[in-house]
Amino acid sequence: MPPMSNTTDFIVHDKQDNVGVVVVEKTPENHECTGWVMEDDSTIKIKANTSIPLGHKIALQDFKTGDTIIKYGYDIGKVVQDIKKGDHVHVHNVKTKKW
Amino acid sequence: MALPETFHGYRRENNRVGIRNHVIILPVDDISNACAEAVANNIKGTVAIPHSYGRLQFGADLELFFRTIIGTGKNPNVAAVVVIGIEPKWTQRVVDEIAKTGKPVEGFYIERHGDIETTMKASRKAKEFLQWASEKTREECPISDLWISTKCGESDTTSGLASCPTVGNMFDKLDSKNVHMCFGETSEITGAETVCEARAKSPEVGKKFMKTWNEYNDFILANKTNDLSESQPTAGNIAGGLTTIEEKAFGNMQKIGKTIKYIDVLEPAEEPSKGGGLYFMDTSSAAAECVTLQAAAGFVVHLFPTGQGNIIGNPIEPVIKLTANPLTARTMSEHIDLDVSAILRREMNMNEAGDALIKETMRVANGRITCAEALGHKEFVITKLYRSA
Repeated sequence: MPPMSNTTDFIVHDKQDNVGVVVVEKTPENHECTGWVMEDDSTIKIKANTSIPLGHKIALQDFKTGDTIIKYGYDIGKVVQDIKKGDHVHVHNVKTKKW
Repeated sequence: MALPETFHGYRRENNRVGIRNHVIILPVDDISNACAEAVANNIKGTVAIPHSYGRLQFGADLELFFRTIIGTGKNPNVAAVVVIGIEPKWTQRVVDEIAKTGKPVEGFYIERHGDIETTMKASRKAKEFLQWASEKTREECPISDLWISTKCGESDTTSGLASCPTVGNMFDKLDSKNVHMCFGETSEITGAETVCEARAKSPEVGKKFMKTWNEYNDFILANKTNDLSESQPTAGNIAGGLTTIEEKAFGNMQKIGKTIKYIDVLEPAEEPSKGGGLYFMDTSSAAAECVTLQAAAGFVVHLFPTGQGNIIGNPIEPVIKLTANPLTARTMSEHIDLDVSAILRREMNMNEAGDALIKETMRVANGRITCAEALGHKEFVITKLYRSA
């Protein structure tokens, strides 16, 4: 059991992932967020550029249009608008490669 | 935690075990719903299962219709069945197939009698069946007699992080217990299809899965008018943070854990025939359609992880709902049987969550009423393959 922590703002499934999932009700804008990487139980810090709601994704790096988002260690879609580290990642800047 | 070895269920004439003791009033077609509902209103404690189809269907669509209706009657959660149809031929077909289980079943048809006379006669039979069923008692049964299905709904990213992996943890633990388990949602594996293929017990079963998935994907590609945004993922999924079908698919796949392999690929509503183990069933990803098909295949208890708060139930298969979304757990608590949001606060690990779900499932198997049952959720939705003639 990992140590009890009230400060986990987002969770990252896999070490290769380039996005994390916010698990607090909302990250305050410009808040220095703490992330827990489930795979290796490590901790990372990212400043959220905007307020990001529960369940939504935060960028762990900068992305250019055409880049690939990795979550669970797998390709989950393509970047359609440049993204900065700490930005909100969602339907406005990422699309499916399938349909 | 030591895995449970037994539960208390109703052993039926064909040796299958149910965890509920329903007497159902089963219409063969849409126009017999009113009569079926009148019978269920007369005889308290019986359950009518109205639906929208059963007329002018043909080919594979008709076969699936019969498999669904007959399978619902055969499910061991059902003690006895009153079948009501508009005409005698299809009514008798349903009666004869359900009768093969050995359970009491009787059919009534409305033509030449009308609703009122049919309701009267069927009500007398329903009363007789209900009183007969009420004397059935639960007995101790090995856990291998439990058939468990799963499907998630109104998923969000908390589903993939915690509630779906909780089901996966339970399934991995039960793999050694010869329990029948089932997952489906063909379209919601899109993006993770090759990962799913690799989880088959053998390359042949994996190929069977890919054939099924390819057919579904081709159908979507042929009929889509956009990228399916707000259908897959749904508007609820998107509100919850899910961005693409691929992201949803990898979250969905967490329900089959890390080690368990599926041993066969089932047609919609097809009864498993390869013994205990995990099965993939070709189903829609719409909650009520999927659970209806799994119940028709004989599954008796359902595990339903939800993110944003899907409230589905089923008339014969109890649906256990779990969530890891703290907002859903707080704002929709009357729908949630198990809250695993502590995982996201790092106060609970996956092993503990899996054990908690096993415990909850055993309570429901032994008779505890689920939230969806208490709230009267009885969504029964027939999967229709194409237009009727």
